[in-house]
Amino acid sequence: MSADAKGTRPLSPHLQIYKPIPTMVASITHRITGAALYFGTLLVAWWLIAAASGPAYFDYVQGIFGSWIGRLVLFGYTWALVQHMLGGLKHLMWDTGRGMEKEQTTKMAKFIFVLAPVLTLLIWFAGYAARGV
Amino acid sequence: MTDFRTPLAKVRGMGSAKEGTGHFWRQRLTAIANVPLLLFFIGLIVYLNGASHAETVAALSHPLVALAMIAVLISGLYHMRLGMDDIILDYAHSEGMKFALVILNNFFCLGVGLMAVYSLLKLSFGG
Repeated sequence: MSADAKGTRPLSPHLQIYKPIPTMVASITHRITGAALYFGTLLVAWWLIAAASGPAYFDYVQGIFGSWIGRLVLFGYTWALVQHMLGGLKHLMWDTGRGMEKEQTTKMAKFIFVLAPVLTLLIWFAGYAARGV
Repeated sequence: MTDFRTPLAKVRGMGSAKEGTGHFWRQRLTAIANVPLLLFFIGLIVYLNGASHAETVAALSHPLVALAMIAVLISGLYHMRLGMDDIILDYAHSEGMKFALVILNNFFCLGVGLMAVYSLLKLSFGG
């Protein structure tokens, strides 16, 4: 009886079984970008330590950040921040009880997936425009 | 519907986890603070893209920039500590693992904060 209760109970369908829909992709993306931003703070701390350590070490770290792989990581980090911030604003709106209809949540999820890369690109264009590097 | 909660529990309003809405509230508070703070941070990074060491130090040691950066770090790191707690509690199933990860989470966020804030203070005061 107890073995049956533990072992052979029917399981509800989970991630691998459901067809992905925008709201659920947005939800897990919010969590993954949050976790990525978490570990990425090491890069921010590294940059500040480099600035405080002097010109030689700062140039070395700038060189790593400025390499193609460094830029790729930082571009992804920018996107993660924008995506997570837009998702967070959506949550703050939901906290007031607005925008929770099925059609609205789907629309917002899709909209943010389009808006976040666009804003990320704009930020990077601004960065390059500022110095022309 | 029958309510089994005692009158005292109802008045305290702390729920079954005995924490009330504290976690939720602090997460929202830091989230709201993070919006302007991280927009400032993005602006600073855009401005300092490709900047020399001297320019970067000059910007970071300006009192208002240093102050805003410390606010970015405190609010951001506190927010992510709360968020990582949620992730750990969702996915770590054994009590031992849960404890270990929650402790690591605190150390990580404190460590990053100390490194970053110390660097900013050194840039401001260390000459």
